[in-house]
Amino acid sequence: MTSDSSEAVAKRLPRGGAHPALVELTLARLREFVREPEALFWSFLFPIIMSVAMALAFPSRGTQPVRVGVPAGAASDALRAALGADTGIVVRDVMPGEELRLLREGDVNVIVTPGVPPTYRFDPGREESRTARLMVDNALKRASGRSDPWTAREDAVAIAGSRYVDWLIPGILCLGIMSNGMWSIGFMTVQARMRKLLKRLVASPMRKREFLLAQVLARMLFLGPEVAVPLVFGVLAFGMPINGSVLNIAIVALIGALSFGFLGLLLGSRVRTIEAISGLMNLTSVPMWVLSGVFFSSSNFPAAVQPAIRALPLTALVDAMRAVVLEGASLGAIRAELLILISWGVASFAIALRIFKWR
Amino acid sequence: MDLAVSCHQLKKSYGDVIAVDGLSLDVRRGECFGLLGPNGAGKTTTIEILEGLLAPDAGDVEVLGLRWQTDERQLRQRLGIQLQETQFTDKLTVEETLRLFRSFYDRGRSIDDLLALVELESKRSSWVVKLSGGQKQRLSIAVALVGDPDLLFLDEPSTGLDPQSRRQLWGVLQRFRAGGGTILLTTHYMDEAEVLCDRVAVVDHGKIIALDTPKALIAELGVPRTVVHEGTLEDVFMSLTGRHLRDE
Repeated sequence: MTSDSSEAVAKRLPRGGAHPALVELTLARLREFVREPEALFWSFLFPIIMSVAMALAFPSRGTQPVRVGVPAGAASDALRAALGADTGIVVRDVMPGEELRLLREGDVNVIVTPGVPPTYRFDPGREESRTARLMVDNALKRASGRSDPWTAREDAVAIAGSRYVDWLIPGILCLGIMSNGMWSIGFMTVQARMRKLLKRLVASPMRKREFLLAQVLARMLFLGPEVAVPLVFGVLAFGMPINGSVLNIAIVALIGALSFGFLGLLLGSRVRTIEAISGLMNLTSVPMWVLSGVFFSSSNFPAAVQPAIRALPLTALVDAMRAVVLEGASLGAIRAELLILISWGVASFAIALRIFKWR
Repeated sequence: MDLAVSCHQLKKSYGDVIAVDGLSLDVRRGECFGLLGPNGAGKTTTIEILEGLLAPDAGDVEVLGLRWQTDERQLRQRLGIQLQETQFTDKLTVEETLRLFRSFYDRGRSIDDLLALVELESKRSSWVVKLSGGQKQRLSIAVALVGDPDLLFLDEPSTGLDPQSRRQLWGVLQRFRAGGGTILLTTHYMDEAEVLCDRVAVVDHGKIIALDTPKALIAELGVPRTVVHEGTLEDVFMSLTGRHLRDE
C-alpha cells in the first residue's frame, strides 16, 4: 500500500515532481533518439561521408587531365609521342572491340585513330569529350608543325569559396537537415501509431499540440552538432571559408529544421505502416534532391519550372545557407527564402494538427 | 444511486458489421464491473466508447456525471485507462515512462508509490523492452493509475499472462479497490471475473444477455444438472449461448 507521507508529498509537488508535459515529452523523444546508435551515426556521419565522396568524385575540374585512347600497336607510336608531350593528356591503349565500352564508361574521353588526317571518335554530347577533342586537335596540329601567332598569358584563379566543394558542403548540410527532420519524425510518428502508443497518449489528458511540438523540439537539440560537424569538417579538410556569422547560420538552420520537422510530421500524420511512410518520404524528398540544386545548379532546369523549384523548401534552405556561408549575406538579403521556409513549416503544422490520426 | 458510468442504448457499427447493438449499463461507484464475453462480442468497442476514444453511432454516455462532448479535459484527468496491446517506448525506463505520463496530470501519485503498488521497484531503471509480459502489463496498470483516478478502465488486463503474473495483477487491482476506486474491465476469463468483479454483464453479439453478481449468475443458470463440479461463469455462458467462451 502507499504510505501516507509520500502520498502527501506527491500531492504537494505539482505533477509529482515530473517536469512540465512539454519538457517530459521532449526528453522522452531525445532519450529514445540517443539510445538508438544507428540514428546518431547517420545524423552526424552522413554529411561527412557525402562531402568526402562528392569532393573525390568531382575534384576541381580543369586540373584533371583528359583521357585519350589510341589503338594498341606500333602504328600508334607517333600519335602516342605527339599526345604524350601535352601534360594535360593521358594516353592509354585501346584493344579492338572495347572502344564503345570505354567511351560509354568515360574511361576515355576520345579515341584517336592514326591516319592523314587522323579520326576522332567521341560523344559530342559530353562536355569532357568536347574538351578532350579540342586538346587532342591542338596537340596534334602543333606536333605537325603548326605555329601559333602568340601564346596567351594565363591567370589561373582558384579562390577558396568558389570551388565545387565549397559550394557543395552547405548543400549537403541542408540535405542532412531535410533528411533527418523528415525521416526521424515521420518514422517515429508512424511507429508510435503502430504500437498503439499514440492511442494510449490521447487516452490521457496530454495536450495533442504539445506532443506534436515536442517531436520537433527534440530534433532541434541535435541541430547544433549536425550543422557544426560538416562545416568544421569543410574548414579543416578543404579550407572552406565561412564568410557569414555563426548566428545567421544557426538561424537559417533552425528555421530550416523546424520547417522540415513539421513537414515530416505532416507526412506521418495518417500513415500506419513503415512501407507507406518510406514511400511517402521518398516521393517528397527525392525530387528535391534532384531539383533543389544540392549537387548541381538548379538553373540547369528550364525557365518554365524555375518558379516551382524556387518554392520548394529545400531550394529555399540551400540558397539561404549558401548565401550566408559563402557570401556572408545578411538575414534581410535572404528574407524571401526564410519566408518560404516559414510558410512551409506553419502550413504543415496547421494541417498536421488537423488531420493527425491518433489511433 | 451514485453512478460512475451510465450508458444507454449504445450502437456502433463498422460497415455491415454491428459491433454494439443497443447496449445499456450502469456501473456504481466503488464497484468492480466486468464485461464478459468471447472475442468479437463488442466488449472492446463498448469500453472504448465509454473511454471517449470512439464516438458511438447512437446512444448516451455519462462518466462520473460528465459527458465527453463537453467535459473531455476534466474527464481525462480523472480516468485511468489501460488499452489492449499498448507498447510503451522500448528504450525508455520504467521510471521515465511513468514520469512522462505523470506530467500530463494535475494531481496524482508519486512515482515511488506507483512502483511499490505494482511491485516494479526493482525494475525502476530497466528499459521497457527488457520487461517480461507480466511486468509490462503491470507497468501499463501503473501508467493507468498515475493520475490517481476515480475510475479505472481495463481492457483484457490479464490476456497472455502466466498464472503467477495474473495473481500479481489481481492483487494490484484489489489494492486499488480497497482505496475506494471503481473498475470497469473486460475479460474472457471466467475465473478473473469471479475473483475481481462485484457484478458481471455477459455480452454477446453487441448486447448484454445477462447481468448479475457472479454468484447469482452461477446459481441461476450455471450449474448443469448432469455435471458434478461446482458451477462457474463458464457454465453460465454455455447455458446462455450454447457455446464455449474461448471457442471462436
